[in-house]
Amino acid sequence: MTEREERRFAEVPRESIKLMAESTGVELSEEVATLLAEDVCYRLREATQNSSQFMRHAKRRKLSVEDFNRALRWSNTETVCGYGAQDALPFRPLKEGELFFVEDREINLVELALATNIPKGCAETMVRVHVSYLDGKGNLEPQGTVPTAVQSLSEDLLKYYQQITRAILGEDPHLMKVKSVSHDLDQLNRLLHMVKSLVQNPYLYLGSYVRSLVSSVMYCILEPLAASINPLNDHWTLRDYAALLLSHIFWTHGDLVSGLYHQILLSLQKVLSDPVRPLCSHYGAVVGLHALGWKAVERVLYPHLPAYWANLQAVLDDYSVSNAQVKADGHKVYGAILVAVERLLKMKALSLTLAAEGGCAGLPGTATGAVGFRENSLGLSPPPEPLSEPPLGIASHLQAGGAGCPWEEWTPVSLPAMYCELYSFFGDSLAVRFSTDPPLGGAPPSGSRQPLEGRKEPASGAPNLENTRKMPQLTASMNISPRQDGSPCMEPQPPSLAATVPGRSLARSSSSSSVSRSRSSSSRPGRSTSQSRDIFPKARFPLPQVGPPAFSFIIGGRQMGRRCQGRRFQTSFTPTPPLTTLPPRAYAHKLPVIGRVSKPVRRWTCSHYSLHLPL
Amino acid sequence: MAAVQDGPKELDAEKETKPEILSDGTSNLLGNTASGTLSSSPLTAAPAGGATKMEDQQTLIAVLQFLKRNKLSESVEILRREAGLGEHQEDSQATDGSGGGKGDGDGGDANSLLSRVSITSAAAPQSMPVKKDQPDVSVVLSAYSQQGDPSLYQVYYSGLKNFIESVLDCHRAELSQLFYPLFVHMYLELVYNNHETKAKAFFDKFSGDQECYYQDDLRILCSLTKKEHLKGNEVLLDFRTSRFVLRISRDSYQLLKRHLQERHNNQIWNIIQEHLYIDIFDGMPRSKSQIDSMSGSLAGEARREVNKAKVFYGLLKEPEIEVPLDDEDDEAENEEGKPKKKKTKKDSLGSKSKKQDPNAPQQNRIPLPELKDSDKLDKIMYMKESTKRIRLGPENLPSICFYTFLNAFQGLTAVDFTDDSSLLAGGFADSTVRVWSVTPKKLRKVKSTAELNVIDKESDDVLERIMDEKTASESKILHGHSGPVYGVSFSPDRNYLLSSSEDGTVRLWSLQTFTCLVGYKGHNYPVWDTQFSPFGYYFVSGGHDRVARLWAMDHYQPLRIFAGHLADVTCTRFHPNSNYVATGSTDRTVRLWDVLNGNCVRILTGHKGPIHSLAFSPNGKFLASGSTDGRVLLWDIGHGLMIGELKGHTDTIYALKFSRDGEILASGSMDNTVRLWDSMKAFDEVETDDFTATTGHIHLPDNSQELLLGMYHSKSTPVTHLHFTRRNLLLAAGTYNSQ
Repeated sequence: MTEREERRFAEVPRESIKLMAESTGVELSEEVATLLAEDVCYRLREATQNSSQFMRHAKRRKLSVEDFNRALRWSNTETVCGYGAQDALPFRPLKEGELFFVEDREINLVELALATNIPKGCAETMVRVHVSYLDGKGNLEPQGTVPTAVQSLSEDLLKYYQQITRAILGEDPHLMKVKSVSHDLDQLNRLLHMVKSLVQNPYLYLGSYVRSLVSSVMYCILEPLAASINPLNDHWTLRDYAALLLSHIFWTHGDLVSGLYHQILLSLQKVLSDPVRPLCSHYGAVVGLHALGWKAVERVLYPHLPAYWANLQAVLDDYSVSNAQVKADGHKVYGAILVAVERLLKMKALSLTLAAEGGCAGLPGTATGAVGFRENSLGLSPPPEPLSEPPLGIASHLQAGGAGCPWEEWTPVSLPAMYCELYSFFGDSLAVRFSTDPPLGGAPPSGSRQPLEGRKEPASGAPNLENTRKMPQLTASMNISPRQDGSPCMEPQPPSLAATVPGRSLARSSSSSSVSRSRSSSSRPGRSTSQSRDIFPKARFPLPQVGPPAFSFIIGGRQMGRRCQGRRFQTSFTPTPPLTTLPPRAYAHKLPVIGRVSKPVRRWTCSHYSLHLPL
Repeated sequence: MAAVQDGPKELDAEKETKPEILSDGTSNLLGNTASGTLSSSPLTAAPAGGATKMEDQQTLIAVLQFLKRNKLSESVEILRREAGLGEHQEDSQATDGSGGGKGDGDGGDANSLLSRVSITSAAAPQSMPVKKDQPDVSVVLSAYSQQGDPSLYQVYYSGLKNFIESVLDCHRAELSQLFYPLFVHMYLELVYNNHETKAKAFFDKFSGDQECYYQDDLRILCSLTKKEHLKGNEVLLDFRTSRFVLRISRDSYQLLKRHLQERHNNQIWNIIQEHLYIDIFDGMPRSKSQIDSMSGSLAGEARREVNKAKVFYGLLKEPEIEVPLDDEDDEAENEEGKPKKKKTKKDSLGSKSKKQDPNAPQQNRIPLPELKDSDKLDKIMYMKESTKRIRLGPENLPSICFYTFLNAFQGLTAVDFTDDSSLLAGGFADSTVRVWSVTPKKLRKVKSTAELNVIDKESDDVLERIMDEKTASESKILHGHSGPVYGVSFSPDRNYLLSSSEDGTVRLWSLQTFTCLVGYKGHNYPVWDTQFSPFGYYFVSGGHDRVARLWAMDHYQPLRIFAGHLADVTCTRFHPNSNYVATGSTDRTVRLWDVLNGNCVRILTGHKGPIHSLAFSPNGKFLASGSTDGRVLLWDIGHGLMIGELKGHTDTIYALKFSRDGEILASGSMDNTVRLWDSMKAFDEVETDDFTATTGHIHLPDNSQELLLGMYHSKSTPVTHLHFTRRNLLLAAGTYNSQ
């Protein structure tokens, strides 16, 4: 039979039969072996043939060992034991000679028996139902088949695609559209994370898909999601994260789509200027602007602020019970604006000082990029406003620090003017934030240490004594509380000047040293990405690269503390005479009230903590 | 006996093997119906009673001789006594009595044959598995023993081939049908006579000429190379036990006959005489496509007279039930709702009208269970639901809900929904049956007896009280089978569930207590499918033993055995009027059986692969069948004709279902798609044709693409089951296949 010219079936040669017989101690003659071999082959074929019907009836495509055993059992043959594995057994060739065998690895039973991790049981068989096609119309985008964009992919990529979609979407193909899951924060979060990993994948050229990514992220930022209806849902975090993601997309892939920045700004502006939109949308817009950088804030948020403020104030002024929820939302917006504005001022000051030092090229990417964008979107720049009464304090000291700087040439609104106007809205809390943040926020660009010092000194010995007296106290309490007792609420009363001054210096030194340490440890690579990182609001979203994780975690806690204490602080100091008779001063009187509301504050903390974890 | 020359005796020799296969079926059927003639058995048709008796006697004599030769004197005695044969009868034919001493195993075999023969004569029902290995009685097996020169086989065959290729085109297609059966029989003869190398050469030379749809059979055939292999091989058995049926026009047949006689090609002529049945018809020879559409089954086409029996395919008259209009829902649409309801009833069920459907069977042709109050309630519910039914059509396709089985680990083998779509049952390869409630209503068991005694039986909500709240859960697992569960079926009243399994049993489960009530044993081999009658009480099962059985819930033995298929019965379906049962088989035929007398009333050939799904249209007129070849065939039951072929699926079709009104046919397949077909159009187009019912030759329009209304992909989930809810929402089920 070995002489057969054509092999139609697998055959067992008589040599094998003889070997098998010998292994059991039987000597076979050549003839018998030949006959046996032939018969064995036939029986094998027969059994295989019969086993296929068991496969068919089990509605499978793959013949299993179990099927074969069934066929053997029904033909009164002993079954083959020991091969009933669910997975396919690899059939391996041996290099020497034509030998194939099934890999049979040894399993250490002792190890298995003494293992501490008990294997999980199989998941429960369950049935899940979903509407696949409505009125037969779903065929346009059939379930399981891929959208047209993906159809041109190669086999491997297609598999990859299926794996991904399965991992993200689970069993439900209708998650494809963000809108359909706007009630499910978890799903949205998952989608956002998917977007993030897409963006971060250095091997992926997104091309025109950036636009669609951006649009879905924008959706998460701006839309009044169904999930927002329930106040218990932490959709704020989602918006924060989406905003962060937006800026990330923009800074890494913005060059792929022309005019993207402009478009984003426009849409954000539209939302912001639309009073009908719910506060959560406004919040999203502010956060989005903030994430896009201080330039964006300056160009869009700042000019809109006067108009918007009235709306916000109206909400905040309403003390009725029915308004409580809206008001809480209002506080969120307020906080977001505050953070954004603070960043704006700080960065502006920073850029000025940089310019003053002649280190314009210090951050070439940021600077030129920002300038370029500004030129693109000149129409958005606010018209220069006349300064009603420039406050001396900060403007003067900044001017002093950056003497002779050419900042007026490339900013439409002067920093003092801006500060002045903003101060009229936010009152002292702005000042508080402005002056306290740089040391805390950490990671100022390397060139900024000097101006920082320079700014601090005039701050302590400024002409405006009221201001200076307040600010050090604030900084001190802020710095100390998380560092020393960990709880910002431990000092509800304003500490006395005498007590805080040493504390401040202590905290300052420790924090600055830690900052510098962390910076030195992060070293080169950290710097190289600074272009985009500087855009991030550091104080709110400290990136893990900046310092050890423990450090950033504390910042989160402190953040909250600072904000609420800042306001509370303001409370006790309300009688302090204001700078002058600025009309918006009236707003500032309201702020204490804001500070006392505990609920939104609490949520802030949550959001910050939860934000840290995914990063 | 050994060397048979003349025709009748040859027939005997062959027949001696055949009764074994058919005897069970015939005897059982005859047991049920005294006068019933089994039209499906090709052999009993010809000879009259006297001839049969003679043949039986000859068989007996042959057996006696064998027994004597093997010195089984006691058996000889018994046989002689039971058969009432005189010693002289046998002596007259006896030759040398000293054969080679064979073992006792053969004696056992002979005994089994003996017992069978005796049973045949007593006409007692016997449910022995039909495919029991054949007894090694050389005399009986000698059908192939006579032969010509083995080296001439190739010459014979190629001579015929040359002739057929040279005839006129119109005859060539018809005569080409001869190739396959001739080829197989000649090959088997060679193998039987130990001409292994010649058989192989023969196979290699001519196997390529055969039609592609016979490839599977050829593969099995070419694995047979030894005489020993012939024993117990099922495919061989099929060939030997049934005559391959060819349908040839008279002209073509005359042509063939003349040719063979001129050439004195007795070898081929003998085979044609013995193993083939040529169904000669008058008229135009058929075209190649006509032949191809009908051929492909294991035993050739169905003979025309087989499908002549009258089939009462109409629906039974629905019982009159007064619909109470107390619902505010009904009152709201009283003016509109009522006429609409009547209209839909008439449309959907046809038989709702006063007068009896002319094609319907007698109302009491099959005794049906009385309607209980709960059934009436359910009917009312059904009517209410059907008023809200969506009218489907090519422009109005159904929505599809997919029930995906997760974590089933490849084990899902069968699915069924209740008619009201409230429960879902799955049969699994791990021998379990699981029942899910797909409505918010959870599954509850009845309380234990002790607890039941406490209940106030007079209270209004006693039905609610007997349920044990503690056991409420979304799903229940039913343990009991010892092999994969291949079929599940809910009873129409939702109180019972049937499951059929590889372990050879059909089990009846109570959905009140979620326990097994009965295990019906009868199929001694895997039971592939089972289904409840639309009226409950009866159910049908079919399995590897090649028979379908009809059972009643309260009988532990089958009421009818439908025997005739040449291979496994893979799927079974009840006709909507419960008077007929359709079975699909691995022999690539669909058969329709009359429940009343157990007769086979239709044999439908045309599939090229095992049939795995069947569906009756709601009006009972049509049947759809799907097979492994990925085609759906549509049949007109009344005429026994194929009326449509739906091509498109690329893998086995496991699910077929008509929409509630019959406008849409849904098919679900291994290829992870659900396809919707315009069945109305398919049926209409044929009916407008001049129905070639007399000849049975059909021209199938190749319009699959026009009839395909939609193709819907699942996400790597083969579709195992399809179901239309009462409002025409399409439910599909399958297990997610992660590979």
